[in-house]
Amino acid sequence: MNKHAVQATGLRVVRGGRTVLDDLTFAMPRGRITGLLGPSGCGKSTLMRALVGAQAKVTGELTVLDRPAGHRDLRSRVGYVTQAPSVYADLTARQNLEYFAAVLGTPARARAAEVARALHDVDLTSHADALTANLSGGQRGRVSLAVALLGDPELLVLDEPTVGLDPVLRRDLWQLFHRLAEERGTTVVVSSHVMDEAERCHRLLLLRDGRLLADDTPDDLRRRTGAATVEDAFLRLVDEAAAASPLPTKATP
Amino acid sequence: MNAARTLATARRVLRQLGHDPRTIALMLVVPCVLLTLLKYVFDASPRTYDSAGASLLGIFPLITMFLVTSIATLRERTSGTLERLMSMPLAKADLLGGYALAFGAVAVVQASLATGLSVLLLGLDVTGSPWLLLVTALADAFLGTALGLFVSAFAASEFQAVQFMPAVLLPQLLLCGLFVPRHAMQPVLTGLSDVLPMSYAVDGMGQVVHHGGVTGAFVRDLAVVAGCALLALGLGAATLRRRTP
Repeated sequence: MNKHAVQATGLRVVRGGRTVLDDLTFAMPRGRITGLLGPSGCGKSTLMRALVGAQAKVTGELTVLDRPAGHRDLRSRVGYVTQAPSVYADLTARQNLEYFAAVLGTPARARAAEVARALHDVDLTSHADALTANLSGGQRGRVSLAVALLGDPELLVLDEPTVGLDPVLRRDLWQLFHRLAEERGTTVVVSSHVMDEAERCHRLLLLRDGRLLADDTPDDLRRRTGAATVEDAFLRLVDEAAAASPLPTKATP
Repeated sequence: MNAARTLATARRVLRQLGHDPRTIALMLVVPCVLLTLLKYVFDASPRTYDSAGASLLGIFPLITMFLVTSIATLRERTSGTLERLMSMPLAKADLLGGYALAFGAVAVVQASLATGLSVLLLGLDVTGSPWLLLVTALADAFLGTALGLFVSAFAASEFQAVQFMPAVLLPQLLLCGLFVPRHAMQPVLTGLSDVLPMSYAVDGMGQVVHHGGVTGAFVRDLAVVAGCALLALGLGAATLRRRTP
């Protein structure tokens, strides 16, 4: 077994004729939390879609849990949460989870327990039988997260799971991610554009404009750039990169 | 294809409907009200009622299932649940089969109510067996589901999905022989009506009204309807993609 859950070499993605991810080479360690950071539009979501095999036109090498990304064996081993909660608004939280558990192949007798555990993990047990449409935005997001926890995935890909959540809930979710990594050995990939969340990751990938600015631990990143926070480190790296290769600006006549 | 996943999908679709009793009521009650209306519109000419009523017994399930399926699949695409399902071990056939089963079950109830009402209470005069009416109505519902699924791939919003109903179904309604016998139309239109599936849905109903037993033409009509439905379902499956741009 490879000690890396994800390995990319020369990864490139083209969307609508535009190169969204360009020549990325990186690895994500197993059982750790890797943060994917960068300004919005830098290609975070596209990279996550490539990891779960939902993205077309991916070239280069991308290995996930020792299989090429999107391999059919991975479909029950990778949990994926998109930015917008992808659950059925006209079902209750429990009914949503029961359906997705059935799709994942959980035997009928084990389903109720598994659904209860996922609901407990995201602290939604008290709202289990409310219609998802009637839940708050944050609660709906947690139903979507609970779906991804079903079946104990080895890799969890979470696209901005804490956006719009209050600080208490954000802390609780980060505790959950750490628990998953430490107790269940889950590899967690979390994207965010909130830099204070970066400090909670074991490892960081900093993306800007489809290119990798850094692949490091938060400590080493701060040390290397001489910055006090990851946010400062990121800004320094962005400025350095901009000085080295300015972004193409609008052509003037 | 996996029976457990297909059944789970059908159950999920029915549960979604279960939270929406008004839609269920509309699907079941509206055809019955319209058929009753039809009976009294043709108060003076019961023979016209017999042929138009039977045709509509085939057309209602087609239209209802078309609308419901196209909106339901469009929602699945826009809400991200389709992308999620496609990243899970669910075969496309499981998803399509689940939808077909769930809406098929609703179609059975709808067609039973509409056929029962027409034959028992409204005095629709049918030479053949009312069971054949039911079978034809089911095949028509299946065709509606398949067409709706296919068309939803081309709709980017619910506004567009609803507009596909008049665009896809109204021309077929005009040409299916409900208003004017198909052979009496302008020859180009007769030819056109020969290649549209709703014509066979209505012809099948006509066969049951006018003939006792299962006629060869009835079998042909049913086979064409089922074949078109399978074709649309296959094309619909091709529009479900695991990897999207």
